[in-house]
Order: sequence, then C-alpha cells, then structure tokens
Amino acid sequence: MADYQSIFNRVQIRGPAYPGIPLPPGDLKRGGKGIYLYLLGWLGDPQLGPIYLGRLGLAALVSFVIAIEIIGLNLAASVHWSPLLFIREFPWLGLEPPAPAYGLSFPPLNEGGWWLIAGFFLTLSILLWWVHIYVRARRLGLGTHTAWAFASAIFLYLSIGFIHPVLVGHWSEAPPFGVFPHLDWTSAFSIRYGNFYYNPFHMLSIAFLYGSAVLFAMHGGTVLAVSRFGGEREVEQIVDRGTAYERGALLWRWTMGFNATAESIHRWAWWFAVFVTFTGAIGILLSGTVVDNWYLWGVKHGFVPVWPNVFPPVPDPTTLPAVN
Amino acid sequence: MSNFPYIPGPARIALLAAGVFGAGLLFTLERPPVDVVQRGFRGLGMFQNYNPRTLAKVAAANQAPAPFPQVPQFGGKAGDVYKNVQVLKDLPVGEFTRLMASITTWVAPDQGCTYCHVDANNLASDDIYTKKVARRMIQLVQDINRNWGVHVASSGPTGATGVTCYTCHRGQPVPANIWFTNTSATAPVASLGYVGGKDLPSKTAGLTSLELDPWTPYLLGSDDLRVTPTTALPVGGNAEFNIKPTYWTYGFMVAISKSLGVNCTYCHNTRQFPDWAQSTPQRATAWYGIRLVRHLNNDYLVPLTSTFPASRLGPNGDAPKINCTTCHNGVYKPLFGANLVQYYPELK
Repeated sequence: MADYQSIFNRVQIRGPAYPGIPLPPGDLKRGGKGIYLYLLGWLGDPQLGPIYLGRLGLAALVSFVIAIEIIGLNLAASVHWSPLLFIREFPWLGLEPPAPAYGLSFPPLNEGGWWLIAGFFLTLSILLWWVHIYVRARRLGLGTHTAWAFASAIFLYLSIGFIHPVLVGHWSEAPPFGVFPHLDWTSAFSIRYGNFYYNPFHMLSIAFLYGSAVLFAMHGGTVLAVSRFGGEREVEQIVDRGTAYERGALLWRWTMGFNATAESIHRWAWWFAVFVTFTGAIGILLSGTVVDNWYLWGVKHGFVPVWPNVFPPVPDPTTLPAVN
Repeated sequence: MSNFPYIPGPARIALLAAGVFGAGLLFTLERPPVDVVQRGFRGLGMFQNYNPRTLAKVAAANQAPAPFPQVPQFGGKAGDVYKNVQVLKDLPVGEFTRLMASITTWVAPDQGCTYCHVDANNLASDDIYTKKVARRMIQLVQDINRNWGVHVASSGPTGATGVTCYTCHRGQPVPANIWFTNTSATAPVASLGYVGGKDLPSKTAGLTSLELDPWTPYLLGSDDLRVTPTTALPVGGNAEFNIKPTYWTYGFMVAISKSLGVNCTYCHNTRQFPDWAQSTPQRATAWYGIRLVRHLNNDYLVPLTSTFPASRLGPNGDAPKINCTTCHNGVYKPLFGANLVQYYPELK
C-alpha cells in the first residue's frame, strides 16, 4: 500500500490529464493540455497544467513584466550596465522613491518618477491578480476565502507603499525596490517612529505570525500523524465516530482539553494568517498620523519599564552653554 | 548503497539541510569565543562583544611609539636660531629639534627630513607643499589639545590624553584612513538608475545599502542628525522628520561604530536612540567628536586644497579629510588611550 511516511509523496499518479470542469461561456481557453513531471510528483500532484490565465491574468502578467522591467533596467543602470556588478551587487541595488522635497508630486523620471511608475504597474498587477483569483474561485463554485486572505496581504503592501506615504504627504516615506534597500527601510522606519517594538499593532502582528507558525505545525503534525489511517481525507470523516480524524481530535482534547474541528481549525489558521498583515497594516497607518514616537507613546501609557541608570545622567550637549 | 546504513527519507533531508545550513554558518559567523562586556543595567542587552583573536590583532596594530628621550633645555628660542619658524618660535632649540625628530619618525620615517624641507641646507624654505601642510597640522594638533578636552579626555588616569601627529599618521606621510567626497551614488546615470545617494554596497556604512558617503553631510556639512520625533504624538505635523534623513543618520552611526570597533550600545540604550538620559557618557564625547572633526575639516583641511598638489586631491578635486577612523582606527580610544602628548608639552 502506498504510504505518506516521507514528506515526499511516493504515489505517482498517471492517466489521462484532467483538464478541469468546463469553462462558462465568455471565458478564454485554458493554456496547454497538461503534462506529467516525475519530480513534481515527489512534492505533490505530478500533473502540470492546463493553466487558466484569462484576460485578467494576462493583464496582471503584462503589468508585472512592465514593473519588473522598469525596476530591472534602473538597477542595471545604477551599476553602469555591468552584468558582473548587476549579479554581484544585486542584493544591494535598489530603485529609490523621490526625495522628501517632492512631497506627493510627480518628480522627474530619474529622481523618483521611475519608482512611481514601477509602483503603479506592480500595484496594478497585484490588484488584477486579486480579481483573477476572486473570479476563478467563483467560476469553480468556491468561496472567496483565498482572495480575501490575499487582500489582507495587499492591504499591508498598500499601507506601506501608498496609503501611509499619502497620509504623511511624502512618497519618500515608502520603501525602495531592492533586497537590502527595503530591509534598511524596515529598520529606518522603526527608528524614525521611535521604535516599533512599542507599537501594539506590531506586537499583534508578531503574535499572529508566530501563532500562524504554531497552528501550521499543530495542524500539519496532526494530519500527518493520522494519515496512516487515511486522516488526510479529514473532511469526509468529519461526521463519523472512530475515524482517523477523530483520533487527531482526541489527541488535542486529551492534551489540552479542547480540540478544534476539521472545519474550524482552518478558520483558526485563516484568521491568524489574515491578522498578521491586517494588524501590521494598522500599525503602519497609525505611525506618523496619530503616533509619532511609539516608545514615548508607551511611556505615556505606562507600559514601558523603567530601568536604573548605571551611568550618571548625560545632558544633551545642545542644552549646555556652547563649547568653543 | 547497500554498504551504507539505511537512512530514512526525513533524516536524509535533515542531514542535507544541516549540511547546507552549516556551510552557510561557516561563512557567516565568526569562531568563538566572544567576550561580552556589560555596559548597562542587566537585561538591556547593552553589551560590547570582543573576540580575543580579533582584539589581539587590533591591539598589535594600535601601539603608541616610545617618546624620544627628554633633552636638557639649551640654546635660544627656535624662532631666534632658525629662519622662518612661525608656530613654535618660542620653543627652546633643544626641544624644537627633538620635536622635529619625533615628527620625522611619526610621519615620514622612510623619507626623512627632506619630506618636508627642500634640503638639509635649506630648512627655512616654504617652497615645498608638505612644509606648509605640516605647519598647519602642528596648529591642528595644538588646537585639539588646547580647546577640545571635551573630546580628547581632559581628565584621565594619566592626565589629558590628547593627540600627537602619530595618532593619525602612524608612520605614514598620508594617514591610512582619510576620505574624499564620494559622488558615485549621486551622479545620475543617463536617465535611469536613481539610487539617491544609496542603494549600492556601502563599505563605509557596514556593507549595508545605506548612503555611500556618510561623511560629507556631517563631517564637512552640518546636517541635522536628529531623526526621531521627541513627542509621542505628531505635534504640529512634525514635518521635518522623514525616512530619508533617517537612512543618512543610520548609515553615519554605523560608520562611527565601525570606526571605533564598538556597537550601538556603546553610546545608546537602543530602545530609544535619542534619549540622552538613558545614554552612556561616551555619547556626549562622540557628540563633541563630530563637531571637532567638522571643525578640523572646514578650518584646516579644506583651506589647504590649493596647497596640496593634484595627486593628493580626491577624484572631484577635494582635499583629503578626517573622519573618526583617522584617529581611532577601530579602537574605542585611539592607541587604547595611550598618553603620548604628555612627553611633548609644546603640542598642548
């Protein structure tokens, strides 16, 4: 009998490729006929394609390529078109948003204009892909949970790159496009707003992120542990006694007194994941609009601990009589 | 395969992952031990980390030379005996000659007296740029020792630590750690590639993507370093605060940290960088240090631009300039606080 005791799936399904349910009138055709890849079978279903791109997917893809082209060409230009430097220094390279002096106006192309255009097409691409996912789910007769979870991530993306900069009146507040540059933005953003460690919505976001990882491990572990009894078919076992699913439920009831159900565990996971980016976005949107220094805000509300000073107090030199 | 014990799939994957991860660690982390020096209240993570192997190398590279033996006071004043002595004219000839010999070993040990004098028979001539620069540098040393006790330790176990020529020169005519204004990230490339002064590997700022030239705005110009609002709420808009100046302060602070071989917590309680009440006394020393270096660059080095030959100037024709590393060379106190200037009171 086939087994699932390795993280690699040993079952290799072969047969006439299943193209999926018929598409409603007005939809484009699916691309490709579907092929089998042995290596893909190690990780999951070996069938690759057919894929449905459609008008929305195609528009999203075109927008994405435009954004990546603009970013890539700017990065290449920043190392004087040297292919070697482009590869070697790639993590450091970036396309910078305009200087603060430009506010929310449209700057010259090579002073942040390209950044705005790239951001526009990247955002357009992401939003079109969201609609694509929403419509595909509807066409399959599914709920739109995936689309709304994606929307939460998009909300954080928009908060960082669009809504927050608009609220504080500067495109310059947004992150650059680039690997290290956007990480440096993260640190700088925390420093500029007085330490995100004290931002309660940052705390919530981290709690949900770590919580998501714990839930993922608990759920994945439980299902794999009962897969020897066919527990991965949890949904069809949900109403019966003595099933593999019920053994998993019993494990948690015995160890922590409570168990989620096969349906509710996915609600738990969905909300935890959605709240990571949703609370994070709230934390970003409150910065600079209602709170300017999260540490001092924490002091004001009494949750910042006070530590003894081991050094004599240092006065701010600008408050002392001028030296020389 | 049959010679090998059977390793189940997950274990094989774990072994492979451990191998890749371990190889990554080898190139990322440094080999222990690391000595930790606590610098703040317990639990705050205010630590300085020192690896004894690295520290031994740094210590060996930062030893102060022995001072020249003291000489009896003889002869008249240098200004009366020699021609064209402008700065040290009241110094007795014996001590004047001792100082000149010391400067030679500190600055031009291989080149000798003629690095700054046109020849041994014509010590008075100013027809050589190095002499004019050296005269200005003696004034610079005196200025630091006389007026900048707030930075160069006006009180300590051995008195005022101060500086000498050796603090920067270390036996070389041009100190190893000087800087020129770097415009390679601000000059636009055609009509693409806007990096706004950053977004390239910045060795000065600790291999981050922060600004390529952290020195020019603060050690030549006097841009404001304060980038975090000091009120909890956005009072009056706090319009002067922005993320871009934050990058610049951040990069400059990383550069200072590299210059001194310390981390952020040497001066700051990093939970709130701007708060002076939680900072260490070294933060004030550093604050004065920034003003000192700014003063030296603007009042000594930049005015020498036309004195230097083109070969000594930077790619944009600017004078060589001083930063924290020029004196500190990776140590929290230059030469680990050795007090050399006490043997050269004329430099004070």
